[in-house]
Amino acid sequence: MPAIVFDRYGFTYAGATKPSLEEISLTIEEGETVLLAGSSGSGKSTLLRSLNGLIPHMYHGKTLGRVNVNGFDVSTTSPTELATKIGFLFQNPENQIFMFSVRRDVAFGPENLGLPQEQIRNRVEEALTLMNITDLADRAPHELSEGQKQRVALAGVLAMKPKILVLDEPLSLLDPKTAVMLVEFLTEIKRRMPLTLLIVEHRLELLANLLDRMVVLHQGRILGDGPLRDVIASDEIRPAGVRIPAIVRLRAMLEKNGLRFDSSPISTGELVVQLGDLDVD
Amino acid sequence: MIEFSDVDFDYPQGQPALRDINLSIKTGELVAILGGNGAGKSTLVRHINGLLKPTRGTVTVFGNNTRKASVAEISRRVGIVFQSPDHQLFAETVEKEIDFALRNFGTSLQFRHERIRDVLDFFDLQKYRSSSPLKLSSGEKKRLSIASIMAWKPDILILDEPTVGQDAFQQDKLKELVGLWTDEGKTVVIVSHDLEFLWGLVPRLIILSDGSLVADGKTEEILMKEELIQGESLHKPQLLDLAVMLRGTPPYHSFQNASDAAKWILKSRE
Ligand SMILES: Nc1ncnc2c1ncn2[C@@H]1O[C@H](COP(=O)(O)OP(=O)(O)OP(=O)(O)O)[C@@H](O)[C@H]1O
Ligand SMILES: Nc1ncnc2c1ncn2[C@@H]1O[C@H](COP(=O)(O)OP(=O)(O)OP(=O)(O)O)[C@@H](O)[C@H]1O
Ligand SMILES: [Mg+2]
Ligand SMILES: [Mg+2]
Repeated sequence: MPAIVFDRYGFTYAGATKPSLEEISLTIEEGETVLLAGSSGSGKSTLLRSLNGLIPHMYHGKTLGRVNVNGFDVSTTSPTELATKIGFLFQNPENQIFMFSVRRDVAFGPENLGLPQEQIRNRVEEALTLMNITDLADRAPHELSEGQKQRVALAGVLAMKPKILVLDEPLSLLDPKTAVMLVEFLTEIKRRMPLTLLIVEHRLELLANLLDRMVVLHQGRILGDGPLRDVIASDEIRPAGVRIPAIVRLRAMLEKNGLRFDSSPISTGELVVQLGDLDVD
Repeated sequence: MIEFSDVDFDYPQGQPALRDINLSIKTGELVAILGGNGAGKSTLVRHINGLLKPTRGTVTVFGNNTRKASVAEISRRVGIVFQSPDHQLFAETVEKEIDFALRNFGTSLQFRHERIRDVLDFFDLQKYRSSSPLKLSSGEKKRLSIASIMAWKPDILILDEPTVGQDAFQQDKLKELVGLWTDEGKTVVIVSHDLEFLWGLVPRLIILSDGSLVADGKTEEILMKEELIQGESLHKPQLLDLAVMLRGTPPYHSFQNASDAAKWILKSRE
């Protein structure tokens, strides 16, 4: 059974004149790892909100078609139930941290799963250690720096150990060291179990080795969908304003000048290796 | 001119957030402040517009001690775009949001109309003119918060994580905005983790760590200091990394953009 299915799905916010999503058909299999890209305002967060039930249960509007998560129809499943199937990170961490202490906040998810106390405690400590916020555990979440808030929100999501993770710009507020650490952690879990990942992120050079597939939204519709390295280098997605890493742009310039590459480098190291054994025509 | 001397800052809850900061930024300079989460970047820039006052030491802006000058006096010249737009946006409509400061500063009706139109056009927000800011996407909210500061043309522009939520087109707009300010001899301070954005744009970096200033200098020199990169949660942007791999350690004029790199590579293969 696929993890996520959008079937000719569309959504228009109440009071809006135009749909924010139109004719979305997208299937994500269990274990697939997908980058969702697209310009600001293209509908990325709207698409993610349609997975955890915020749409249509909290945000009202007109829905067309159907969304399924793990075989459950989102429109007839409560957000509380969906929260046990999907780990969801909001774009703004302040929308998901609300307890009086960091530790209580991280424990909130696992408590709602009804796990035994002992296991909750272990998971919370594990998540705090992972996000390197053990020393902030007794602080009030709203008195932290923005990046620290982001780490608390991520710890809360990871402590639930979900099989499906949906993350809206998880790296945007993290410092580079923490961002790399998180990506490595996810890569490691992916190696051990079939983790389904759907991530919105503009800094894609950080994610190139974690994610296999890339879907591009443009004005509420799907503009591109395929293997990440192919989509990122393709001309079709230009109108979507995806932030193309410098190395990918460089390769395109070199190809225009007659150099031929046999795969699509995204990191500096990959490009240098390929420059070493290039064909020139 | 912005001057920090011996500045300490503790949050009321007793969190020491800045320690012994000495720093000077000249009028017309473009600088970026970097450092790990919680290093004190947002706390530091909030001292420049007098929103926070140092616990010890002094901050002077255009010769005024921020502890003595009134907030109104400083805020007329220093515009700060917060890291989180939700802390900044409160008007009923996008248009009113931008008009708020303009009206406060007592500018004429015609001037206000022109400025509102110009900044909405600049950031592609014209279509939301009469919408509620709450109905915008996150990136759109961020652009609105930048537009509403840009509208009244402050002498010092402070951008806290401006690239969050911004696509390639909007990022180019941000670079254009920075150019507009520096061309007029105004000062721009950017706080950011986004080195790919800063590279080729910002000539000077200031690095904070745990509330202290640990490095301050030319972008390329700072990013070549390995111990600093390891310890302070920095990384080399792709083009600098590439220059080092292909050409060894600078000094040389390293690749500022992808076409610099392309030219060098093509030439070296001739
Ligand atoms: N309102 C507050 N009350 C108490 N402590 C705070 C408050 N805001 C920030 N702090 C603390 O002050 C320190 C500096 O925070 P600051 O927001 O300046 O960090 P930053 O460098 O901007 O980090 P980030 O990259 O995460 O935005 C941190 O340890 C943070 O926990
Ligand atoms: N609550 C809302 N009510 C009405 N319209 C909304 C609401 N939230 C978003 N929109 C509109 O829907 C469209 C898609 O917004 P969405 O937040 O999904 O974009 P996004 O791709 O996530 O953008 P960003 O990268 O800036 O976060 C935008 O035109 C936005 O203005
Ligand atoms: Mg969004
Ligand atoms: Mg900050």
